[in-house]
Amino acid sequence: MAIEDDVLVIGGGLAGIAAAVGAHEQGARVRLVSHKQSTMRQASGLIDLLGYTPNGDGPVVDPFEAIEELPEGHPYERAGLDAVRAAMDMFDDATGEMYAGSHTDKNALVPTHGGAIKPTARYPDSAAPGIASAHGDTLFVGFDSMIEFDAPVAADHLAATGVPYETDGATIEFPGNLRDDAKVTRFAHLLDRDDEVAVDGTTMPVRTALAERVKEHIDGHDRVGFPAVLGDDNAAEVRAELADKLGASVFEVPMGPPSLPGLRLEDRLYEYLHEIGVRVSTGNPIVDVEQANGEIDRVVGDHTGREVPYKAQQYILATGGLVGKGIDSDREGVYEPVFDCHVPHPADRYDWFEDGAFDDHEFARFGVPVDTELRPLDADNVPEFENLRAAGSVLGGYDFPSEKSGSGVSLATGYAAGELAGDRV
Amino acid sequence: MSDSQQPSDFEPVDVFAETDGMDLRPGSDDCYKCSTCDTNCPVAEVDDDFPGPKFQGPEQWRLKRKDDYDIDDSITDCSNCLRCDTSCPSEVPLSQMHNTARSQYVDNQMSKLSVEYIRNRILSNYRTSAYLASLFPRTATFVMNFGPVRWVMEKGLGIPSERDFPEFATTTFRQWWKQRGGAQVQNPDKRVAYFHGCYSNYNTPEVAKALVHVYEELGYEIMVPEQKCSGTPMFANGMLSDARRHAETNVENLTAAIEDGADIIASCTSCSLALRQEYPELFDIDGIEDVSNHTYDALEYLRIYEDLEAELEGAEVDFPDLAYHAPCHSRNQGLDGQALELIENIDGVMAEDVGDSCSGISGTYGWKTEHYDVSMEIGEEMFEHMEHAEGDVGMTECPTCAMQMEHGTGYEIKHPLEVLEAALVSEE
Ligand SMILES: Cc1cc2nc3c(=O)[nH]c(=O)nc-3n(C[C@H](O)[C@H](O)[C@H](O)COP(=O)(O)OP(=O)(O)OC[C@H]3O[C@@H](n4cnc5c(N)ncnc54)[C@H](O)[C@@H]3O)c2cc1C
Ligand code: SF4
Ligand code: SF4
Repeated sequence: MAIEDDVLVIGGGLAGIAAAVGAHEQGARVRLVSHKQSTMRQASGLIDLLGYTPNGDGPVVDPFEAIEELPEGHPYERAGLDAVRAAMDMFDDATGEMYAGSHTDKNALVPTHGGAIKPTARYPDSAAPGIASAHGDTLFVGFDSMIEFDAPVAADHLAATGVPYETDGATIEFPGNLRDDAKVTRFAHLLDRDDEVAVDGTTMPVRTALAERVKEHIDGHDRVGFPAVLGDDNAAEVRAELADKLGASVFEVPMGPPSLPGLRLEDRLYEYLHEIGVRVSTGNPIVDVEQANGEIDRVVGDHTGREVPYKAQQYILATGGLVGKGIDSDREGVYEPVFDCHVPHPADRYDWFEDGAFDDHEFARFGVPVDTELRPLDADNVPEFENLRAAGSVLGGYDFPSEKSGSGVSLATGYAAGELAGDRV
Repeated sequence: MSDSQQPSDFEPVDVFAETDGMDLRPGSDDCYKCSTCDTNCPVAEVDDDFPGPKFQGPEQWRLKRKDDYDIDDSITDCSNCLRCDTSCPSEVPLSQMHNTARSQYVDNQMSKLSVEYIRNRILSNYRTSAYLASLFPRTATFVMNFGPVRWVMEKGLGIPSERDFPEFATTTFRQWWKQRGGAQVQNPDKRVAYFHGCYSNYNTPEVAKALVHVYEELGYEIMVPEQKCSGTPMFANGMLSDARRHAETNVENLTAAIEDGADIIASCTSCSLALRQEYPELFDIDGIEDVSNHTYDALEYLRIYEDLEAELEGAEVDFPDLAYHAPCHSRNQGLDGQALELIENIDGVMAEDVGDSCSGISGTYGWKTEHYDVSMEIGEEMFEHMEHAEGDVGMTECPTCAMQMEHGTGYEIKHPLEVLEAALVSEE
């Protein structure tokens, strides 16, 4: 007996989740299998659609307009603009109050931890009061042990863009004598529960203690930005209490990995899958495929050394790129390990990279090519399997770090692939 | 981003013979410092003294390769929940790293005369205590929970008096099995060997009996080989030499069963994890790979080899609503979703997931005075979710999670096999 469903989604990142929702909405019985946790936990939690064009122009003001100009073969072009819009609607439904930005087609500019201002389409509500286009004197507060966020530098960067308001930065010690490498989850847990912490020979609730330390620097600022560690389950409550105590609005600055906004988003989206009734199995990889008549008959999961078959009518490959292990490489070449789909790449390894770290690297675009039904294509441009679609960063033809299109491409191609697959069962 | 080494590519290595000899370097080089493990660690979230799995695993491994490096004391604060191991996207063998570091710490840095060592040895050899208790189960249950005795345990051994010792069954599973004359179904084509573990033998034979009833109903011949402790509590306490002795017996008897055509099933998810993953990671015993490759969780096995959905069609039970907690060790084997999926098919019982937090007890961890508070703080989230859930009865596959669930909420705790028994097996 195989574990049997209508649509099987392989990979549990943004692309896989969007695919599962898309297929489910077409009435299919859907299972999502994922080996490990996805790159969402490392990503900032911002949902970038398109920040810069493939030629490097930007920041892009209206990503939807710019998407229409993309060259053939780009994942957005393959999925189509309608799919992009539908996927964003789905995302807005699934996240509800948690995310902002749906009121406009235009990109928002969100200050991030390195001091950079990022063009993005959706941002966590915790970051909303901080967006650069909203006016108000801004104080960034960093913690001395958390060197990834240098508040004065962030303030200078923002000022350098010419914003018409004051920006300042202060670095304080987080109350409670935490260890220097305390995890983001430690900060969040303390704030979530408002635990008592030791300060100056006495103890007090951590939110109160934190507000006390920030007050010394508040000096009339309208809003205060903290690194994104302000609670997990009770994040909104933490921000509200701090805002109340400080008499200013409070926002979070998205951070590098590991990222609490990414964790919160992952939690929310899995909760959503659960609510709508998608079955989820995590912890074991899909390692092999059995085919019949040009179609995938079953795939094989590796349950700690034992091969376990999973069967469906339609399959979606959403195993991620080089980071997610959906694309792998060795001395011989670049390949897609589950279905061995064709991955075009120069034969000579030395052509994969350019000399400078920030040059236009070929390898950033490595991935499987697809037709407009998102079916992976072999070297002769024929679909590898009738019933396989691919989505997310396993796809080739785009460079998400430089375009700032990572989450958007995953959502759009995932949702589109899911709808197409769900429609076929 | 590497040509990652699959765990299966690792040579099985004998830690006990020469702990320092194991080369985990490829594993530690695979770490690209994404910190996913750290954000999954329940101890780092509540304990300011704990440096977290990234340090405990790959970073400490690198340090260890230099001479005269002492294992950091904090290794004893790791609960061995393996959530870090489960989450790492780069296949860094964190569990193997923790287990070997812990054993090295216990061997070289812990006084064998310390109360802590003696207590840990007693806790990890639960099977021995349980065996003795099973000779006089009622007295044992009483004495172990008797105020003055508990006071001595707390003061003398560091076993927190807040905890209730589990009740000992008046008839162990093995006694019951023998009394009923062993297997009631003979079937050379469908044969399983049941690794019941200590807990369902001495404390919850109803779980083991449920397994027997369900499997026999589905036509399986069940073997119950002689067995010792799976080793889980010993790994968690760095007692690898004890674990190895038990493993030798288990591997010998289980390979014999495999030769008789059986697959191995376990009802405790920590036992199946030990046989599948920790055994080949830690010991080099003849047949150990075979045992690992033939072991399944009991529900998982039925899901693969039976059409349970068809079997359960029309099944109706009268069962209380359940608040389900997926044990970390089931998560590690990718089994965290299966119990709820199954129960969805049964009319008359509702099961609700109480979230993906850790229960906090992690086997013997929460049984130590110095970890009791951390253990309860980790468990807090689960207790709250249990109280919010509709059901007033808990459900989980792990015996120690069950203890923690009961301890934190006062609920009675069931095993998914008991629900399956109610649905599939008609009462005689
Ligand atoms: C450090 C970092 C920062 C980022 N920051 C941003 C940002 O600020 N804004 C933005 O928009 N995007 C960002 N991204 C991009 C974005 O988060 C994701 O890369 C993108 O959404 C890709 O998602 P995915 O679902 O295609 O793949 P992944 O997230 O990589 O997920 C792939 C999943 O497939 C599973 N898998 C792999 N192989 C198998 C198998 N054989 N069987 C079963 N499961 C398997 C993996 O375990 C994983 O869960 C960032 C990415 C990274 C790595
Ligand atoms: S999750 Fe794995 S790769 Fe990431 S920091 Fe931890 S050990 Fe390293
Ligand atoms: S095993 Fe559990 S407690 Fe130990 S480091 Fe890993 S996640 Fe933390």
